[in-house]
Amino acid sequence: MAETSHSATPTRRPTPQDVNDREVVIRVRGLEVGFGTKTIMKDLDLDVYRGEILGFVGASGTGKSVLTRAILGLVPKRTGTIEVFGEDLDALSPQSRKAIEQRWGVLFQQGALFSSLTVKQNVQVPMREYLSISERLLDELAMLKIEMVGLKPDAADKFPSDLSGGMIKRASLARALALDPEIVFLDEPTSGLDPIGAGEFDDLISTLQQTLGLTVFMVTHDLDSLHSVCDRIAALAEGKIIASGPIDTMLASNHPWLRAYFHGKRARAALA
Amino acid sequence: MAGAIARDPNSFHKQASLPVSNAYDPTAELVRHGDELKATLSGQWTAARSEAVEHEAAALEDAARGAHRVLIDLARIERLDTLGAWVLDRTRHELGGRSQRADFVGAKPEHRILLDEIAYRGFQQLPPPRRSSIIDFLAQVGESVVDAGKDVVRGTSFLGEVVVALLRVIIDPRRFRVASIVHHLEMVGFRGVPIIALISFLVGCIVAQQGIFQLQRFGASTFVVNLVGILTLRELAVLLTSIMVAGRSGSAFTAEIGSMKMREEVDALRVMGLDPVEVLVLPRMIAIVVALPLLTFIAAMAALFGGGLVAWAYGGITPEVYLSRLQQTISQSPSTFMVGLIKAPFMALVIGVIASLEGLAVQGSAESLGRQVTASVVKAIFMVIVVDGLFAMFFAAINY
Ligand SMILES: Nc1ncnc2c1ncn2[C@@H]1O[C@H](COP(=O)(O)OP(=O)(O)OP(=O)(O)O)[C@@H](O)[C@H]1O
Ligand SMILES: [Mg+2]
Repeated sequence: MAETSHSATPTRRPTPQDVNDREVVIRVRGLEVGFGTKTIMKDLDLDVYRGEILGFVGASGTGKSVLTRAILGLVPKRTGTIEVFGEDLDALSPQSRKAIEQRWGVLFQQGALFSSLTVKQNVQVPMREYLSISERLLDELAMLKIEMVGLKPDAADKFPSDLSGGMIKRASLARALALDPEIVFLDEPTSGLDPIGAGEFDDLISTLQQTLGLTVFMVTHDLDSLHSVCDRIAALAEGKIIASGPIDTMLASNHPWLRAYFHGKRARAALA
Repeated sequence: MAGAIARDPNSFHKQASLPVSNAYDPTAELVRHGDELKATLSGQWTAARSEAVEHEAAALEDAARGAHRVLIDLARIERLDTLGAWVLDRTRHELGGRSQRADFVGAKPEHRILLDEIAYRGFQQLPPPRRSSIIDFLAQVGESVVDAGKDVVRGTSFLGEVVVALLRVIIDPRRFRVASIVHHLEMVGFRGVPIIALISFLVGCIVAQQGIFQLQRFGASTFVVNLVGILTLRELAVLLTSIMVAGRSGSAFTAEIGSMKMREEVDALRVMGLDPVEVLVLPRMIAIVVALPLLTFIAAMAALFGGGLVAWAYGGITPEVYLSRLQQTISQSPSTFMVGLIKAPFMALVIGVIASLEGLAVQGSAESLGRQVTASVVKAIFMVIVVDGLFAMFFAAINY
């Protein structure tokens, strides 16, 4: 066989203009979620494009985690539609829903590692469930993911209760990445990490995005992450998305909360 | 970059269909020129096709036997993820290890980055722990004997801690947690009444029925009243109640304290200068020590009532006769009634201490919580019966 030559696509960060012609992987329309008599969000619309890192900001308690959980189907919604990969999650058969669940990975705010399994076993849970591969490859892949997220190999045989807060975040990212998902949901991945660790985490996320075409939905309060890795930012307040766009849009916004957020003392320090 | 994968119009639909279609299965076309092997890979080398990925890679490795040089052409690979990259790099590495030269050619830039990131390396495996079943078994037996001994010591010293906490609370009554005690009294005592009364009632019926059935043969069926009265008041009521409370409330105590331990709530109490024994254990101990004698009394009454009903219906002993015989029996040995009740608080202490200790022994995992709850119930029931035996010997020795 003749060797095929081929042209290389230069690596390039997406620009806002790209956004219009890109595939929407998560489309939320008219979402309303509430508990009891309390309404957390109403008429919320959100698009997440393929291959982007979306930073999701909002004051504590505005419902960022609740929105994530609603998209994942863990919190019931009152009205609205949620489409993932172009499919309405309500209209799916259990089988196709399972297929979609294999294509996303989730890092919960509290880690949510299985406490009776070691880190390595935790990473292997989804693999054992969905992949039919040899025991050797299973071990190697688990170790690979564990190293990839910056954990030492000796952490592999530790139980979650023996890990530090930052290690829990990393281990649970390793588990979220176990199946090489197309979308990862990260709920405050860098909170509780030291600044250097947080920076490495950001680099890791952006490497994965570039090499695997990963779409990242990242809830974060970390201004550094917002500046350095996020392609687009969406801000949640009063139960709605008040603004979305690249960081420049955010900086230019006149919404009082956004002004306070992006022009506060900490934000200026992060920009400097 | 990402776009190259993202813009591939097929990349989404192929994945969405289940089961995955074969058209995108990873394949390796192998062409041999003398001692050079050229492998042209195509398809999707991803986790979704993990089985085929492993299989194709193994086939490539086999085919490469005897070839000095192996060229792996990646240009036609459509999708590559960490699983695919790992398997490919591992294959290349292993061929290299067999003193063959293996190289990747034509990789797309994003695949190149991925392969560089992944970079196969062996992970050193921890040596599996030494196993010898006989030695393990003997060691386990030894360990459990030592543990049982330690349990007794720990239980006693824990009881001491509880007493100290109690004294502290008595000296400074503001620290008395009335709300908590009342809550646990309701859970242990009040809510336990129906099931304990029902079980005792049924056991009372059964004892009476069996008694009448056996005693009838000697024409002594009225003695069933003595049987039911003494057995219930001395032993049955307190035993049944203790076993039920160990199962109902002991397990609840262990689970409550254990899950607080698991989520560092116990540590949070400690750093606030609050003593977990005083805050968590003492109210439960007080509640169970108060509730168990009361429940025992209710259980005794229910069993006597059940016995009376059966005696009436099955043995023809009217309630008047039943009651007067019962009175006679008890007044002949007035200690009967007290013997059961005296034991109750001790049973409560045993159950409370074991349940609290097991709860505080919970480690970080959900599994450990389950283990301790089981241990708590099993140990508590065992100890209740042992303590009952000790009391029986004691009362016999002092002729009570
Ligand atoms: N299961 C629930 N039942 C009732 N209310 C809930 C529930 N889960 C969340 N809430 C409420 O929803 C609101 C949003 O919570 P959420 O956890 O989404 O906040 P958040 O934006 O993620 O905050 P943070 O940045 O602190 O994580 C809060 O007021 C919370 O009390
Ligand atoms: Mg949250």
